[in-house]
Amino acid sequence: MVRLVYLARLRDVLGTAGESVTLPGGVGTVTGLLAWLAQRGGAWAQELAPGRAVRVAVNHDLARPDTPVRAGDEVALFPPVTGG
Amino acid sequence: MTSVRVQQEDFDVAAEIAQMRSGSTRIGAIAAFIGIVRDLNEGDEVRTLTLEHYPGMTEKALEQIVADARQRWEISDVRVVHRVGTLAPSDAIVLVLVAGAHRGEAFAACEFVMDYLKTRAPFWKKETTPGGERWVEARESDDKSAARW
Repeated sequence: MVRLVYLARLRDVLGTAGESVTLPGGVGTVTGLLAWLAQRGGAWAQELAPGRAVRVAVNHDLARPDTPVRAGDEVALFPPVTGG
Repeated sequence: MTSVRVQQEDFDVAAEIAQMRSGSTRIGAIAAFIGIVRDLNEGDEVRTLTLEHYPGMTEKALEQIVADARQRWEISDVRVVHRVGTLAPSDAIVLVLVAGAHRGEAFAACEFVMDYLKTRAPFWKKETTPGGERWVEARESDDKSAARW
């Protein structure tokens, strides 16, 4: 299982703060995870489409498109940050 | 020494500086940055600003930013206090204090910490305007500021 966390505006538009999912075989990176979630269609497809400004953290570290995602990880999806 | 805090309550700048000064007699300079809520954004009146963060990652991200600053400059003490929750115009949002032997390093490291915080620390702002609530969009200028370093 991978714990997914949705934050800020992304939580609002996706309508959920998080979920636990079992990744299908072949989904092993941040890019793969976003593409898999986008297949749900609707807001998921719209918000997670390639080129959209989605930031991802894996286990509390900012991730890159090729960062691995494995069972047991906590993966957070969020818009570009606006603190300070 | 590094101190990173995320809290709802306001901070006391004088008390934070006094604590820093009492920790070492080698400090020759303290640079301070205080971020404050404005009552205007994108041409609209801002009534409240609510800050959300990602508990668990926030502290880790801030500590990493401070660690990066320490690698680049000779600084002794860094203190970052960032508020979350609902704030009003004129309220303080963030405090960064950097202490060192001389001003040059302290100024530079303080600016670096803020530029990196703006683009890497997981905080988000939602503002209330006369037209309702809206999430604040990230600014491209913040990415450019962080890229300078």
